[in-house]
Amino acid sequence: MYNGKYIIPGLIIFLALVLFPFIKGAGLGPLKVETEKPKNSKECVLKTEKMRDVHMVLLNEWRDDVIRNGKRVYTNESGKQFNMSLTNTCMGCHENKDKFCDKCHVEVGVNPYCWNCHNTSPLKKEGEK
Amino acid sequence: MQRSRRDFLKLAGVSALGLSAGTLGFLGEGAQAADALPSAADFAKPAKAKQWGMVIDTAKFDDALFKKCIDACHDNHNVPKIEGKQEIKWIWTEDFEGSFPTERPAFLAEAQEHRKYLLLCNHCANPACTRVCPTKATFKNDEGLVIMDYHRCIGCRYCMAGCPYGARSFNFRDPGEFIAKDKLNLQYPHRTRGVVEKCTFCVEKLAQGKLPLCVEASGGAMVFGDLEDPKSEVRKVLKEKYAIRRKPDAGTDPSVFYIL
Repeated sequence: MYNGKYIIPGLIIFLALVLFPFIKGAGLGPLKVETEKPKNSKECVLKTEKMRDVHMVLLNEWRDDVIRNGKRVYTNESGKQFNMSLTNTCMGCHENKDKFCDKCHVEVGVNPYCWNCHNTSPLKKEGEK
Repeated sequence: MQRSRRDFLKLAGVSALGLSAGTLGFLGEGAQAADALPSAADFAKPAKAKQWGMVIDTAKFDDALFKKCIDACHDNHNVPKIEGKQEIKWIWTEDFEGSFPTERPAFLAEAQEHRKYLLLCNHCANPACTRVCPTKATFKNDEGLVIMDYHRCIGCRYCMAGCPYGARSFNFRDPGEFIAKDKLNLQYPHRTRGVVEKCTFCVEKLAQGKLPLCVEASGGAMVFGDLEDPKSEVRKVLKEKYAIRRKPDAGTDPSVFYIL
């Protein structure tokens, strides 16, 4: 190969760099984040696994339903009804944003701006325990 | 029975503890307060209309009532208090000239001339603001309300230029800093920097079958109802009393009427 002595080590270094995160993470279990569970209620709007996947989609749908369609009551699979409200329903149970929402968001490096407007709790001021 | 000062203070301390326990949170406040949050059942009987409207009896207002109505709205909706050109207002007062500039009465009666008028978003039947919004962040819903979707607002302020009534305010700064911390209504969001906000005719209260907060605070000086329903409260009032609207020649068909 023409200039093989540069290209092959170069390729190896490149692959090592690219594959480094995968090699480092191999063998480790799935990412686990310990969040604080609500004390007052056991049942969420959706099942935990589903909630983990699609809570942001659900919130977008709730927003559109409430603002655009004037629909404010959500009925889940088991027939339980909820007021479609981030602050009053979600944060009403998950009362500590730092120990629930932020745990995952910080871990995976996303920065949603929900709380620029929405209060972090319908009952307690920000930072209040 | 002789009671020493020490015993009295002990008793007072225990009583005060008991009284404040409910709010302090170590006697099962969670369950108690959770009941107070609006739940699905609260929205079971929404108030419905084709075009919500309002009649304001201007003679019944004085400064104290203005303040009561404005505070009821601004405190509940977390409207920041900013002085000057960057003021945020959902509901405010103005003199006759500022309220009805197209009326031009040559020799206005003194009572009307010196009166202040309560102004708010007119929730026009044919609003100019929604037509100029490039993102459909503001739109007319099927109850006749002009609604803002703050999530979608890009802060271009076309709607503010479009509105003939000055009913819209832009958040030049983060409004959070201008809301008194002890007054923050935790159940209602505030806005963020870069969006336009305005009166909503308390859409969240109507959805619970309640009246807008200013109407409730006015004690009968404001009447609220469906303008399309001839039997509604507003239409009954309008049938009896002569009422004018702000800048009717702008062609926006405003839904707030003023009895002079």
